[in-house]
Amino acid sequence: MLEIDGIDVSYGGVQALHGMSLTVADGEVVALLGNNGAGKTSTLSAVSGLVRPAGGRIVFDGHDITRASPPEIVGLGLVHVPEGRRIFSTLTVQENLQMGGYLVRDPAETRRRIDRVYGLLPRLRERREQQGGTLSGGEQQMLAIGRAIVAGPRLLMLDEPSMGLAPLVVTAVMELIAEINEGGTSVLLVEQNAKAALKIATRGYVVENGRCVLDAPAAELADDSRVVEAYLGGV
Amino acid sequence: MTQIIWNGLFVGSFYALVALGYSMVYGIMKLLNFAHGDLYMLGAFIGFALLTSFSGFTATLSLVALLVVLLLSMVGTGLAGVAIERIAYRPLRSAPRLSLLITAVGASFALEYGMRIIAGPNPQVYPVRLGGSSVHVLGARIGVAQLVLIGVAIALMVTLNAMVMRSRQGRAMRAIALDPVAARLMGVDVNRVIAMAFFIGSALAGAAGVMAGSYYGSINFLMGFIIGLKAFTAAVIGGIGSFKGAMLGGVVLGLLESFGTHFLGGQWRDVFAFAFLILFLTVRPTGLLGERVTERV
Ligand SMILES: Nc1ncnc2c1ncn2[C@@H]1O[C@H](COP(=O)(O)OP(=O)(O)OP(=O)(O)O)[C@@H](O)[C@H]1O
Ligand SMILES: [Mg+2]
Repeated sequence: MLEIDGIDVSYGGVQALHGMSLTVADGEVVALLGNNGAGKTSTLSAVSGLVRPAGGRIVFDGHDITRASPPEIVGLGLVHVPEGRRIFSTLTVQENLQMGGYLVRDPAETRRRIDRVYGLLPRLRERREQQGGTLSGGEQQMLAIGRAIVAGPRLLMLDEPSMGLAPLVVTAVMELIAEINEGGTSVLLVEQNAKAALKIATRGYVVENGRCVLDAPAAELADDSRVVEAYLGGV
Repeated sequence: MTQIIWNGLFVGSFYALVALGYSMVYGIMKLLNFAHGDLYMLGAFIGFALLTSFSGFTATLSLVALLVVLLLSMVGTGLAGVAIERIAYRPLRSAPRLSLLITAVGASFALEYGMRIIAGPNPQVYPVRLGGSSVHVLGARIGVAQLVLIGVAIALMVTLNAMVMRSRQGRAMRAIALDPVAARLMGVDVNRVIAMAFFIGSALAGAAGVMAGSYYGSINFLMGFIIGLKAFTAAVIGGIGSFKGAMLGGVVLGLLESFGTHFLGGQWRDVFAFAFLILFLTVRPTGLLGERVTERV
């Protein structure tokens, strides 16, 4: 479904990705693990069109999207929930969700999708008229994911959704992601919290210095001594 | 007394129109568009050109003709605003704020002295003055044409407010103002929405220009300079970046000036306006309706 083939990304003089390659198959949850600065966010930004790779190719569902713009990419059903959630702080919860449906031309369809999100996340329904910026961190993360769902993704990319959340909330977020996946949406999940991510992932990659150094089924990665040492706090 | 209020409301309504565009562009790009007042001047001159050519084949200028001219001038200034954004501001969007500000001053001079080359340095007499029939309300004499124009101004502002608060594109404008990257990730074409904001803001300034031309009776290539500062003042009084604030600020400024002029004399009008700017900047920099953002990190 998604194929990243040897992409290079540089910011000014600094090269962040060196021939990064990975794939996500239909229905998979793929975890992308790695330390700070390894190039996880840069990978997602290249896929969603926020940065343009200097080399390599990105193919989504048979479309070459290496040089496509974010609206084109969202239109194809590839949606990116960014690091730090980036909720529109003075827009209401409802308006944030409506922004997710920006490219959905049929207002009735947008309303249906928003209703589905409220069904999935009843806490958001209670707070629909509240400004997005006043929600708690966990609620904001749920809203960020809900907003992306309204866009109708077939592949959802999430960048560190567990960041700054209490363990119980992390579990809730991961359950939500698993539920979305069961609904037929493939997931590319960037996480520092490898333990939580590998619980719901089918497969995982380990990123180091802008490329993938390891690719294995999630269960295997969770048992791999290198991964355990580097990312699971040596448990 | 009623006359003073009425004059204040009329002048205030076109201050509000100009302030609205000023505030809109500031809200979305954090750019103080110094050329905004000059788009008002451009609107007045486009209206002048159209009215002059119209009066060639109709003896009497009806109110309908004036409204058609108003509409065409709005389209003209709107397109000019889009062109300025495309040529002068977009290439600098990721440059430091100061570069953009200096470019805006440059765009302002380019419009002013470009118009001086085209229309000459002398004031032009506007081919229509809002005289005509008038009605008496509570002792004030109010021109029917004035009433219609103020109605148009209010309609423009109400429409814009509804558009920004309720439509899909208006929501996208507010989203871009808050976080352009997140807006792009929702599929918003940021360049297109910013161009749209410039079109609307500039068109409103153009409308105000035609209204001012027909109210004051004469126009010149520097008329946008002072109004730009006034609109800025109105936007600050209302709370810059806030739509309702810009409208309120315009009307408040118009009334303040009207009263100031009446009690202190016409030469004090601008002093009065800018004294209020300084007062607000020191005492209440967020303005009357400035947004206090409740935000959690
Ligand atoms: N906008 C930018 N400008 C300059 N350098 C950047 C930019 N974004 C990322 N980098 C650099 O690229 C490299 C990879 O960064 P990236 O954000 O992709 O890492 P990451 O794996 O997401 O890290 P983290 O886990 O801390 O979020 C880093 O060295 C970083 O400093
Ligand atoms: Mg990152």
